Amino acid sequence: MEAFTTHTGRAVPLRRSNVDTDQIIPAHWLKKVTRDGFEDGLFEAWRKDPEFILNKPERQGATVLVAGPDFGTGSSREHAVWALQNYGFKAVVSSRFADIFRGNSLKNGLLTVVLDQKVVDALWAVVEADPTAEVTVDLQDRQVRAEGVTADFELDENARWRLLNGLDDISITLRNEPEIADYESRRPSFKPRTLQS
Amino acid sequence: MGRTLAEKVWDDHVVRRAEGEPDLLFIDLHLIHEVTSPQAFDGLRKNGRQVRRRDLTIATEDHNTPTLDIDKPIADPVSRTQLETLRKNCAEFGVRLHPLGDVEQGVVHVVGPQLGLTQPGTTVVCGDSHTSTHGAFGALAFGIGTSQVEHVLATQTLPMARPRTMAITVEGELAEGVTAKDLILAIIARIGTGGGQGYILEYRGPAIEKLSMEARMTVCNMSIEAGARAGMIAPDETTFAYLKGRPHAPEGEDWDAAVAYWKTLRTDDDAVFDAEVLIDAGSLTPYVTWGTNPGQGLPLSERVPDPASYEDPSERFAAEKALEYMGLSAGQPLREIRVDTVFVGSCTNGRIEDLRAAADVVRGRKVADGVRMLVVPGSARVGLQAVDEGLDQVFKEAGAEWRHAGCSMCLGMNPDQLAPGERSASTSNRNFEGRQGKGGRTHLVSPQVAAATAVLGHLASPADLSDTDVTAPAAV
Ligand code: SF4
Repeated sequence: MEAFTTHTGRAVPLRRSNVDTDQIIPAHWLKKVTRDGFEDGLFEAWRKDPEFILNKPERQGATVLVAGPDFGTGSSREHAVWALQNYGFKAVVSSRFADIFRGNSLKNGLLTVVLDQKVVDALWAVVEADPTAEVTVDLQDRQVRAEGVTADFELDENARWRLLNGLDDISITLRNEPEIADYESRRPSFKPRTLQS
Repeated sequence: MGRTLAEKVWDDHVVRRAEGEPDLLFIDLHLIHEVTSPQAFDGLRKNGRQVRRRDLTIATEDHNTPTLDIDKPIADPVSRTQLETLRKNCAEFGVRLHPLGDVEQGVVHVVGPQLGLTQPGTTVVCGDSHTSTHGAFGALAFGIGTSQVEHVLATQTLPMARPRTMAITVEGELAEGVTAKDLILAIIARIGTGGGQGYILEYRGPAIEKLSMEARMTVCNMSIEAGARAGMIAPDETTFAYLKGRPHAPEGEDWDAAVAYWKTLRTDDDAVFDAEVLIDAGSLTPYVTWGTNPGQGLPLSERVPDPASYEDPSERFAAEKALEYMGLSAGQPLREIRVDTVFVGSCTNGRIEDLRAAADVVRGRKVADGVRMLVVPGSARVGLQAVDEGLDQVFKEAGAEWRHAGCSMCLGMNPDQLAPGERSASTSNRNFEGRQGKGGRTHLVSPQVAAATAVLGHLASPADLSDTDVTAPAAV
């Protein structure tokens, strides 16, 4: 995956709470068998409304999504993350993310940043007042910056290290192959198996 | 200090623990279906990797499968592609698959337990958020994303940060006619759709101990709707009795060793949970949702709430949005809400007990004019058992449609969908906007409420039915 160090771009203020993954990418898109081409499905239902924020000409090309609380609830579909990335988002800011969505995003290199709702409100104010305003998401310094807003965020060191280095999970885990094999040799015989013998 | 059930199972699966890193957990059982796996297999192929433990992996087709004419080619080309891709992947990587038409095919969370693969003290994962269902056995079971599916396929492990634990203690006893579904809807209404976030829930207390395995699965299934990735119930004699003799349950000495281990899987008396919630089962009555998230539920006897009554502005806004989408107005009695469709099925309520409960209500009665009732067994086996017991006949005589197994209208990926503006009473687990079809409106209910609603045409519980609704002598 692509490494993430720092990113600066225009933002989309999404003033909605509890945006579930069915809204981010509706179920009928899940039928695709590839990892790309989900951009047109992003917020599909809402995008039918010409007034929806993503449809505004001034928001085209924006790369940072500033969302309301409880973003990414509901189904575990990772397609929600791909849809956001395919559309061009590099980072999502919210005061609270659903766990699975957050895990999925970090694994795919989409940085999800948790900030106080007060800071989110401030970011909304900035980017609503000026659609050309840029927001910087700096993973190196764990900081979000915009006109008049500077806020530190937390991210566990491990997730940060991987994002900074663009490391994929499987290769990291496979470095521990001997430990896995050792664990396997100690598993009790009563544990279930899907194949006989 | 003592440990909770979740902590015990967790500790028993740690392959590697290092300061400042997530634990690397061993996965005992990996369940696969057609929607979240194609990109994972793709990833393996791209990197020249194999499935590490084919013997701990099993696949079934459920989300896209049609529930009618299953012997004909699937009309929708995209659904067909997904199913064909799964079949190709399973053949290529040597994964056991139960395809459409197979006797073990069905919703992945119905299939695992039914085969006896879901066992106490195991770690179970699946690329599906309702994997929490398997926690009913005292398994640590959680939904994962497609990258994690690939990770488990390649390594049979997952790096995970340990969640906190929350006890949901259910005191007292559920009253007659109040079900596990009502209980979990009430719990979610109480703690909210984010209330369980970051926690593994443990449901405990006398009311939980009394539940059957199937009812426990209904409860654990919806843990995710409270924001929790996993919900667990300590295994006990009910669990052991359910498992005994199942195709993949241990046998002989292994059985004894397993039971001895399983019996240790209880939260120690001196263990401390990070959070505790107390629920009084005795105070509960049938529950239904009125809004567009599973936390927006109320007792059936109540009225549609007034958004103005919410102090929290985001909740108020959510309620306003929900009423608008649902086409409801504040103050309307929930019982007067008329529905077009009733869906009985899904991994929440598509097991044999659920079908029996619904059949008991409609037996000898008729589905109201203008209402369509869809009964979809959770698995092909459940379907066969229902036919054996004559339940399919009960449903058909009542005017309901009896279908083949699958997810069906739970998420509307197959042709079973609501039309825009249509309203359903559904035994599934999600009432999100458009979940059952674009513009469709969903009320989550128990199988009993679903069946009574089908008969009366409006949200209702079996207690609302009179004997005069019975049109024919009870069929057996
Ligand atoms: S029945 Fe519904 S909730 Fe369960 S696995 Fe299928 S789609 Fe998901």
